[in-house]
Amino acid sequence: MSEPLPDYLSQAPAVAARFAKIKERPVVLEIDHLGRQFAGEHGPVVALRDISFKVHRRELVCVIGPSGCGKSTLIRIIAGLDEPTSGRMLVDGKETSGPCPERGMVFQGYTLFPWLTVKKNVMFGLKMQGMADDQADQEARQWIDLVGLGRFADAYPAQLSGGMKQRTAIARALAANPRVLLMDEPFGALDAQTRAQMQSHLLEIWRNVDVTILFITHDLDEAIFLADRILVLKAHPGEVQEVIEVPVPRPRQLTQLNSPEFLATRRRLEELIHPRVEAHAQERLPIIRLTQVGDDVE
Amino acid sequence: MARPRWFSVRQELTPKRGRMLGVLAFVLPLALWSLFSYIPWLWHPMVRVTDPGDVDWMRAGLLIDRHDFDKEVASAHDAHTHAPVGFRANPIYFPAPHAVGRALYTAFTTAPVLKGDLWLHESLWMSIQTIFWGFTISSIIGIPLGILCGSFIAISRLTEPFVDFVRYMPAPAFGALMVAIFGIQLEPKIAIIVIGTFFQQVLVVANTVRKVDGALIEAAQTLGSKRRQLVLRVIVPASLPDLYNDTRILLGWAWTYLIVAEVVGVSSGISFFINQQAKYRNFDNVYAAILIIGVLGLTIDQILAFIGKRLFPWKNPRASRIRAFLGKLFGLRPPGTPAPKPPQLLST
Repeated sequence: MSEPLPDYLSQAPAVAARFAKIKERPVVLEIDHLGRQFAGEHGPVVALRDISFKVHRRELVCVIGPSGCGKSTLIRIIAGLDEPTSGRMLVDGKETSGPCPERGMVFQGYTLFPWLTVKKNVMFGLKMQGMADDQADQEARQWIDLVGLGRFADAYPAQLSGGMKQRTAIARALAANPRVLLMDEPFGALDAQTRAQMQSHLLEIWRNVDVTILFITHDLDEAIFLADRILVLKAHPGEVQEVIEVPVPRPRQLTQLNSPEFLATRRRLEELIHPRVEAHAQERLPIIRLTQVGDDVE
Repeated sequence: MARPRWFSVRQELTPKRGRMLGVLAFVLPLALWSLFSYIPWLWHPMVRVTDPGDVDWMRAGLLIDRHDFDKEVASAHDAHTHAPVGFRANPIYFPAPHAVGRALYTAFTTAPVLKGDLWLHESLWMSIQTIFWGFTISSIIGIPLGILCGSFIAISRLTEPFVDFVRYMPAPAFGALMVAIFGIQLEPKIAIIVIGTFFQQVLVVANTVRKVDGALIEAAQTLGSKRRQLVLRVIVPASLPDLYNDTRILLGWAWTYLIVAEVVGVSSGISFFINQQAKYRNFDNVYAAILIIGVLGLTIDQILAFIGKRLFPWKNPRASRIRAFLGKLFGLRPPGTPAPKPPQLLST
């Protein structure tokens, strides 16, 4: 690498102005000293300790961390599918708990209702809120068009590809009009090409819809590409290690993947998540030579 | 391409071979039956007497053991008397296919031996009524209870231990009790089918409901579903196809209970017919009746399977060949289906 990378903390004036504006917006989601313990075989296991952060309106925050850092537990608690052992959670300044459509969720495993068509899936949340069929139908169509599945409104989930399923799931969650959209590694099961498409697509949706997104991923590039801020967790116990304001300007394009800001942020994330281990301390796999010595491949 | 092998682990057969084996499944037993019925030297342990000769205890038409017959022939030869004549035959409980085939028809056309007894079709109709009511009553209570057990752990803990306990009591054991309570007509028989089916049904349904993917329930919760909606809008529709199949299987069990139930109190229905015909030693009629039960059960099951495929289009989007055929014929498509492409099942 010829040119030295810039500091990931240094922001271009436009980016800095944008962050200043974001911070002026009201706080939609506030997590306040949240903790979660599980009962283990040898006493309690601390999964999350003292997690505190705020997400502003229409901000896109990614949560990233090594496996076992409790990022899934965190998002499940925020979704109300798991209970914290300590701390509070506030939406629009009001303390809240339990599952609620104000905190919509997109799961990695799609979780579409297989017996409902795409349209009926999207209508599900609306009907749960007591909306009349006609109105729900119309509203659902808008969301289906937004995610580009108009032609497949009457198809069943089994007939869709993974990317289409996840777009349906996003439409379904957005239709219920959430204040915060929680996304738990939503593109983790997709192939690389579809994933890149879905990332651009998500940004496009986010730009056009009044929604705040909390996005969990283990993919560093995905986090940098999508996020305003990245919350980096560390494992054992799960704690916030650092919050990074991504210095990559918006609107984001795939060409920015090699921009200096992007690479600088990536390097910082790598340092945080995969701390450099001394060579001799690294665990070496006991691999036995099973081929002719003359057959070297490298 | 190499010819596909007949036996490879978990590999599909060609459709032609599949059909062929399906036909063979019935042809082979029939062939075996025919062999033993029509080829005299294979088995035929008896002799049907056509001319008793001078043996005073024999009569024409009598069916006796071959060795006894041979002994009489030998002693007739020794005594220079007229030897009996006969041909080798199978025991009366082993009628030939053609006899049973004929009985399949004549059983319906023969008037009952005693006045007041039922014709075969009347007996059959009685059996169908018994099983229908027994199974319906069981399902009306058992399926909802099973769904509740599968949905709420509290209800499961409260009911399932007791249900499990009763399940091990054989239903026919309640026969005398049911007669005391319900009298001697159809009611106690229906009650036995209910007892035999209900307790199994609750457990089977509860287990099926418990298999509903928890992630679907969580997704519904984040979309605002409350308890009642989770059961009615998620758990029930998600498990419906499996519940339908469970019901099909349980209906098969109900048929087995039918036979024992029908001998309780005043014997009735198809079992009565079978027992009566066995008493008169019309074993061809007995076989015919048993075959009719099998055919009836298989037919009902196949009809239910056929309906099931159409009830749940989401399980099998391409199931309806009739729909596809009509679509091709008229260039029609069910509204809105993404027909331009074949159904995509991608890994992405």
